[in-house]
Amino acid sequence: MIRANRRDFLKVAAFCSLCGTGAAYAKTGAAGALPVKQIADGVFAFAGVPAMMNGGNRGEICNLGFVIGEDAVAVIDSGGSVAEGRALIDAIRARTDRPIRYLINTHMHPDHIFGNGAFDAEKVTIVGHRNLRRALESRGDYYLESYRSSMGAELMQDIRIVLPTRLVAAVEELDVGKRKLTLQSWKPAHTDNDLTVFDQKTKVLFTGDLCFAEHLPTLDGSLLGWVGQLDMLRAIEASMAVPGHGPVPSPWPDALERQKRYFDVLIGDVRKAIREGVPMMEAVKTAGESERGNWQLFDDYNQRNATAAYAELEWQ
Amino acid sequence: MFEKMILQRRDIIIAALAVAGVLVSQPSVAEDTSSPGDATWNSLKGDVFGQRPIGNDGGIISIEAPKRAEDAAIVPVDLRFNTAKDQRIKAVTLIVDENPAPVAAVFKFGPDAGVTHLATRLRVNAYSYVRAIAETEDGKLHMTQAFVKASGGCSAPATKNADEAMANLGKMKLRVFSSKTLSSTSMTRVTDMQLMIRHPNNSGLQMDQVTRYYIPAHFIQGLTVSQGDRLIMSMEGGISISEDPNFRFEFDAKPGEDIKVEAADTEGKKFENEWPVATSSL
Repeated sequence: MIRANRRDFLKVAAFCSLCGTGAAYAKTGAAGALPVKQIADGVFAFAGVPAMMNGGNRGEICNLGFVIGEDAVAVIDSGGSVAEGRALIDAIRARTDRPIRYLINTHMHPDHIFGNGAFDAEKVTIVGHRNLRRALESRGDYYLESYRSSMGAELMQDIRIVLPTRLVAAVEELDVGKRKLTLQSWKPAHTDNDLTVFDQKTKVLFTGDLCFAEHLPTLDGSLLGWVGQLDMLRAIEASMAVPGHGPVPSPWPDALERQKRYFDVLIGDVRKAIREGVPMMEAVKTAGESERGNWQLFDDYNQRNATAAYAELEWQ
Repeated sequence: MFEKMILQRRDIIIAALAVAGVLVSQPSVAEDTSSPGDATWNSLKGDVFGQRPIGNDGGIISIEAPKRAEDAAIVPVDLRFNTAKDQRIKAVTLIVDENPAPVAAVFKFGPDAGVTHLATRLRVNAYSYVRAIAETEDGKLHMTQAFVKASGGCSAPATKNADEAMANLGKMKLRVFSSKTLSSTSMTRVTDMQLMIRHPNNSGLQMDQVTRYYIPAHFIQGLTVSQGDRLIMSMEGGISISEDPNFRFEFDAKPGEDIKVEAADTEGKKFENEWPVATSSL
């Protein structure tokens, strides 16, 4: 009760404070459904822009989508802002009146979960990997704080960390009415809470960030865990994939190949540095460098990946 | 003194949160994308050093850190000590101004350890100065600092693989890098060594979103490295030291004597290990 009031108050405040730009937001909010495309029967997806999250792109940098069953809708990721989440709901409502029963979060990162708050009124069950709750508990406050400068106060004031209410231990099915989705929790890879979603009817695979295409993969879990599970991932007999970042749809399993090569190069470079006693600070300046031309956002993420890889591989 | 300081500051933060019923919000974290002034440091230094005057580094100590924290959880920092100066360095305090617990660690060095280089890894929560304050034998303080920009994107100063960190709790690894330089005394050799300890080094600033209680901090608070009966260095640590604490240091080693490491964490767990250091490897 108190919560709702407080949020309503914030919304009103947000609306008033926007004024000039507010009109534009309101306009896109009404007619600005997220431009999703149908990639298979009843399966829709949106392609995020290859960029860092900021106020200009409303945090719309990751791929996300939804699947319409005979009884209900399941949404895969809510986007990088409540504004994006609302635009996603508009896109769903333009296609079906069926209730949104599930919001599946493929992992903890802000570009995938900052939109969760938009689904409050939809009475959704938020579904995630068994570790997702713990991961968000230890990072949520930091995420809210650290994105304020790049996203801006206007977008941030609606964003809350909304935790999953149903956790997937290993493999589970969700039924949206004559249509079943297979949810699979993976061991630490991109993060320690990666979940994939497979539509049994059309064999479309939502990989979450276990697959990056064109956009440099980012490492926030375990590089060896990720590489070690690529064969299992590749073995999924999907008709096509919606990667966490990159073209929608992407061919499967071909979409994994470039990522695999990057990991091999990074591991090779970092292992060599560790063997030769090159300190972390020096090693990360050159590791993975030969892959530069193959990726978007290389400068934003490669040194970070090299840093995390060094800390992990040093223990071998 | 050091621990008390950390706890008090945490207690204050936690108490303020409980009263306000809001999420952690350090105003200094967000908006300023330029180099901050010394406001945080000025409000902090009295808590750590009292009224003691703090001079500039005077060539005694230097710091190197990346301009941007690529991974907020793992920011390498390098300290070098100039032993050509008359005054030996007794202790070094490492501080990350804008972190919830700013004092990352206090290192103390044995009288004949001859430590000239120390590298470790820090969590850096926000755009922040990272400072190293050396105390020389005459009791004077000498400060050097580097400015580190916060990482972009979704990197957070948190444990990446929490189950793995706990499963290997306390596991240690020691690497000895061969060193060509002869030290000033014929009995010792300048040796480059790296000590790694598996530990989540949890911040304790993470909140259980249901109970609204903080998850207790769990970190390495004490560490001693010795060779034979000689103290090489000790550390009192805090939560700003990265997960899997990692120290690379250069010191005067005595060939043939074992390296011994003792560590203790906030849950009272003790971790010990001993390595024979072959004369040949020195």
